Amino acid sequence: MPSIWVYSEVQSVALELVRAGLQLKQATGWSLVSASLGADALKRAEELAEHGVDKAVAVSGAVFEQFDAEVYAKALAKLVGSEPTLVLVGGTKRGKELAPRLATKLDAGCVTDCIELSYKDDMIYAKRSAYGGVAIATMVSPLPLVVTIPPRKFEAAEKAAEKGSVEQVSLELPGPRVKVVEVRKKEVARAKLDEARVIVSAGRGVKAKQDLEMLRELAELLGGEVGCSRPVAADRGWFPQWIGLSGVKVKPDLYIAVGISGALQHIAGIRDSKIIVAINKDPEAPIFKVADYGIVGDLYKVIPALKNAVEKAVRS
Amino acid sequence: MPRVIACFKYSIDASELRIDPSTRKPVVEGAKRKTGDIDKRAIEEAIRVKERTGWTATGLCVGPQAAREAAREALAMGLDEVYILSDPAFEGSDTLATARLLAAAARKLGDYKLILCGEMALDGLSAQVGPRLAELLDLPQVTYVRKLSVEGEKLTAERDLEEEYEVVEVELPAVVTVTREINEPRLPSLRDILRASKKPIVYWGAGDLEVGADVVGEKGSKVKVADVYAPEVKRKGVIIEEKPAEEAAEELVKYLLQEGVLR
Ligand SMILES: Cc1cc2nc3c(=O)[nH]c(=O)nc-3n(C[C@H](O)[C@H](O)[C@H](O)COP(=O)(O)OP(=O)(O)OC[C@H]3O[C@@H](n4cnc5c(N)ncnc54)[C@H](O)[C@@H]3O)c2cc1C
Ligand SMILES: Nc1ncnc2c1ncn2[C@@H]1O[C@H](COP(=O)(O)O)[C@@H](O)[C@H]1O
Repeated sequence: MPSIWVYSEVQSVALELVRAGLQLKQATGWSLVSASLGADALKRAEELAEHGVDKAVAVSGAVFEQFDAEVYAKALAKLVGSEPTLVLVGGTKRGKELAPRLATKLDAGCVTDCIELSYKDDMIYAKRSAYGGVAIATMVSPLPLVVTIPPRKFEAAEKAAEKGSVEQVSLELPGPRVKVVEVRKKEVARAKLDEARVIVSAGRGVKAKQDLEMLRELAELLGGEVGCSRPVAADRGWFPQWIGLSGVKVKPDLYIAVGISGALQHIAGIRDSKIIVAINKDPEAPIFKVADYGIVGDLYKVIPALKNAVEKAVRS
Repeated sequence: MPRVIACFKYSIDASELRIDPSTRKPVVEGAKRKTGDIDKRAIEEAIRVKERTGWTATGLCVGPQAAREAAREALAMGLDEVYILSDPAFEGSDTLATARLLAAAARKLGDYKLILCGEMALDGLSAQVGPRLAELLDLPQVTYVRKLSVEGEKLTAERDLEEEYEVVEVELPAVVTVTREINEPRLPSLRDILRASKKPIVYWGAGDLEVGADVVGEKGSKVKVADVYAPEVKRKGVIIEEKPAEEAAEELVKYLLQEGVLR
């Protein structure tokens, strides 16, 4: 009988995968197995066993100290073996560099950033974005298959009535060929963008870092958070994360894009917003095509005016 | 001569993609194609490595004959040569099949020190080919690289992860995937373009590569597309134009109150 394996180096994501795995288990009758590697592997495996997996495998060892995709892929390929399997990997950046490498070892297909999974007639169907985020594709593959699921796509699994078994395994593995020489934490605080009800989002139209203050005040007034487009985070380093296809996907009630042109990759991350507002001085900016409301104008005039107008409305 | 290889895809330009309004399906046939944004950065980085090391900078592209257009541009930017892996038998290749073709080409070229890929291709967004290629060639992989340098046989790279930057070192050869932030690709001058017309563009088909016919193309692909559709975006599109900021802001607030999104 095939099995479903779940793996993430982030325990909270692993618990989400367990929920995804349980749904597939119900549809297929296959068994659900988890892998935990490295420090605390046993402790993490115990927790997964309590949350619905049939078997939780723990492998500890010094080779796992540094996350090396090559070493981790080797380990997981050994655990999974040659039986037909569906492997669910947590879609963190590390998970996403691991999954294709593991799939290649297993001579398997791989679908990254999967948002929906189902099973029919011995085939796995996996939905994901395609064509730069313009479309949704349903991919189909036989087993074996490796899939990555973005963090927070599923809720964490609940405690199960029955505890699964826990198995400690030791593996012989070569050490990493890539050597980590320095780790620098990103400084800025992480806003809870994926849960925010209102997001005021800064694009490259916002010229100086101190101008963010203006956006922050507006966001505060609206009970929301400040987010940004990719260049504002990745080039300028004003934020640790950005919104969009390659960043966080958001679904607030109100999304206000300030000085954001509306590149496809940005739009792909805000599609599920209830109301999209665009503020941009260029009437031709593509963001207006996907906006519910827009103001064509200079953000340095519009934002203070908007703050006043909101204050007035809230007071009355 | 040691080589630095840049892999680039002649991708569908999603921002120009037409959607058939009746079926909501993207019209892929005849769609505009170009080198992906990130892949251009892989090409640019390969040229920079070549400028510092004197290695040969080679481009690899699995794609249709028409990828010649993209190859010309890459040569004008500064690559020395481009190999287009093109054959009707390669069509429909998934990420594994594509990586197999690239691996076979790299092996045939030989003496590769550094293979650069984009973090992901901008049409398919799969972010798989780099790590798959690393596995097939049994090389270490360094992904999400925003800065790199090569010194002798050693690569130092800075990786952009969710919560941290990670600086790593690795002995070459290695596969590296680059992010959009690694560089700003150069725009070739007219002179570059003219000079590039003499550089070689070589087509390699099934007969030129040591790769089984059963593991490439549609037939050799495990993952297939069962369906694609473009969900309709229904937005109101109320644009306030040519009004003083105060007036525009008040009008917007009125709408937002109607929508019930202001507390
Ligand atoms: C693989 C890949 C993945 C990507 N992923 C993402 C992603 O996840 N998220 C993302 O955001 N981007 C992403 N990008 C980048 C994306 O393609 C765009 O480059 C980016 O979104 C542009 O950001 P922007 O709109 O802030 O800047 P710009 O495109 O430069 O737009 C700035 C806008 O500000 C307006 N403006 C300027 N001054 C003012 C003013 N005073 N008042 C009002 N308006 C003003 C201008 O008219 C312009 O429209 C990705 C790119 C690649 C290659
Ligand atoms: N058809 C192709 N030809 C050459 N390189 C490719 C091809 N497809 C993908 N790549 C490379 O692999 C990277 C990741 O692509 P993908 O896995 O398709 O998102 C791209 O940025 C390219 O560098």
